[in-house]
Amino acid sequence: MWFRRLLAFFALLVPLVLLGIAVFLVFYAWPAIHYNGLDFLWRDTWNIGNQYANPVQRHGETVMPGAQFGILFLVAGTLGSALIALLFAFPLGLGAALFLSEAVPHRFGHFVSFFVELLAGIPSVVFGLWGIVFLIPFLSHHVFPVLARLFHFVPFLTRPIGSGYGLLTSSLVLCLMIVPFITATLRDALRSQSTEMREAGISLGATRFEVATRILLPGQKTALAGATMLAFGRALGETMAVLMVSGNALNYLPHNIYSPISTMAAFIVAQLDSALADPTGMAVRSLAEIAVLLLVISLITNGIARLLIGMLKEHTL
Amino acid sequence: MSPASGDLPPRPSSGWIRYRRIKSAIGWLLAGSALIALAVAMIQILLYVFLKGFHSLSPKIFVESTVGVGGGLKNAILGTALLSGSAMILSALIGVAAGLYLSEFGEGRLGSLTRFLSDVLVGVPSIVLGFVGYVTLTVWLRWRFSLAAGAITLAVLMLPYIVRSTELALRRVASGIRESAYALGCSDHQVVFKVLLKAAAPGIGTGILLALAISAGETAPLLYTAGWSNYSWSGHLIHEPVAYLTYVIWSFIGEPFHSAHALAYVAAFLITFMILLINLLARFLIASSPHSNR
Repeated sequence: MWFRRLLAFFALLVPLVLLGIAVFLVFYAWPAIHYNGLDFLWRDTWNIGNQYANPVQRHGETVMPGAQFGILFLVAGTLGSALIALLFAFPLGLGAALFLSEAVPHRFGHFVSFFVELLAGIPSVVFGLWGIVFLIPFLSHHVFPVLARLFHFVPFLTRPIGSGYGLLTSSLVLCLMIVPFITATLRDALRSQSTEMREAGISLGATRFEVATRILLPGQKTALAGATMLAFGRALGETMAVLMVSGNALNYLPHNIYSPISTMAAFIVAQLDSALADPTGMAVRSLAEIAVLLLVISLITNGIARLLIGMLKEHTL
Repeated sequence: MSPASGDLPPRPSSGWIRYRRIKSAIGWLLAGSALIALAVAMIQILLYVFLKGFHSLSPKIFVESTVGVGGGLKNAILGTALLSGSAMILSALIGVAAGLYLSEFGEGRLGSLTRFLSDVLVGVPSIVLGFVGYVTLTVWLRWRFSLAAGAITLAVLMLPYIVRSTELALRRVASGIRESAYALGCSDHQVVFKVLLKAAAPGIGTGILLALAISAGETAPLLYTAGWSNYSWSGHLIHEPVAYLTYVIWSFIGEPFHSAHALAYVAAFLITFMILLINLLARFLIASSPHSNR
């Protein structure tokens, strides 16, 4: 029995660590949550206040005069970049998974999907480096001008195209980083379907593409939704690559798809140094409030994904 | 409609069939181009990093420490190995034990809670872990930027991967093996140490290696826990900042000097190469395992 108890103790560490992180973050961010209130999400000014004045009391908290913490521009940047990334990643991942699972010989499919999955192994910061030295010059010289000229009548796609650091660049980098989640999960799910389903489809006169999209795919809708949710969660919380290619906008709402942005995760890295200059500590605690938000978001996205994939398991077992 | 008539349904016209065939061909074309687009992007990134990095690679990189934005990367290479290595040991000890519990005795409430929360922990953005590590370890415990703070933060990041992969690896071990061991009178710990861990070793090893690869490529959890140092680690667990490769990539590419860019490329090359190597090794390990289902 002692051995089981010992193992149980180690297993208990995992929930305890997560609980510890959550409780600690909320506790630490509490003054900021109290000071900023729920308006935090809808205000678009992040200003740590006048650092040369004396601290003042406001709403029962000690802050620097003029301090105001709003993250609407971060919410816009985070949601915008993740959604656009998903907009690209979903069809790419879906197409690649269908092709790998149904159109090419298994051995070859296995080989190629290994390489696609390696994409997921490339570190975030290397994606950022590639973004800075290759993707941004390429996009801003060759792609964005053409895009803006072709779609000059579409709002959000028109000029100015900016420097290349911005929303669309971040989304493209994020897309490459999250596609492997969708492709790998969906390919495995499709492969796991019985050969009889495929044979039955073919014998009814369906083309292989129709078998793949009308017979096999509908059975894997929950797997697809779960994988997409996981990928979305990843895109929302991605830090380094976005930090390097987003342009790190401050108090600036994107007005077209080329605008510089910043995301919640990237903002924590970018602003921690200057937040530490605030002698009242409110700026760092407001960053902690952003971290709390990120934690809640990951809890929601992973919870939903887990529920979807859990449903799937009951279905197949 | 009526079964008695015995008529076959009307044959689809050849035009309809041709339309469906063309539609399918276009569908495959789109799906194939999605795959090609991904493969091209992947190869482009790898080639770019490898060519740029290889170009700046020299023996100096491995024997000299960083001086300002020049010099070598000895301190960072050592630091990455130290940080990831100690984080791996720490989280492998806890993670394998937790995975054992989940697979062998984890049918109860604690088991499902741990399973769910470790899935959630996988999804927690690494910067959140870094921020918490900074506020607790670096500031509150006054460890300052240090190996201990960085390694513990990384260990938390790796933990859920190791827990879940260990559990999966153990579940793949046939239950007959467990039953035979128990029938021979083995106690819990004998079954675990003498039978299960041996049988599941390749799977567990693969999980640990993949977690190691993930931790080696992380930057955000280390920025405010490990800090940066121009010197090689001198043996202090706390109060001494540690250099690591991913910091060089992030920070030096923003400097306006050739030497800094060269170091960033080399660091990217080294870290990507190491991670690909670990990934390949992990695949090889699982493929060569006698108990694998693949």
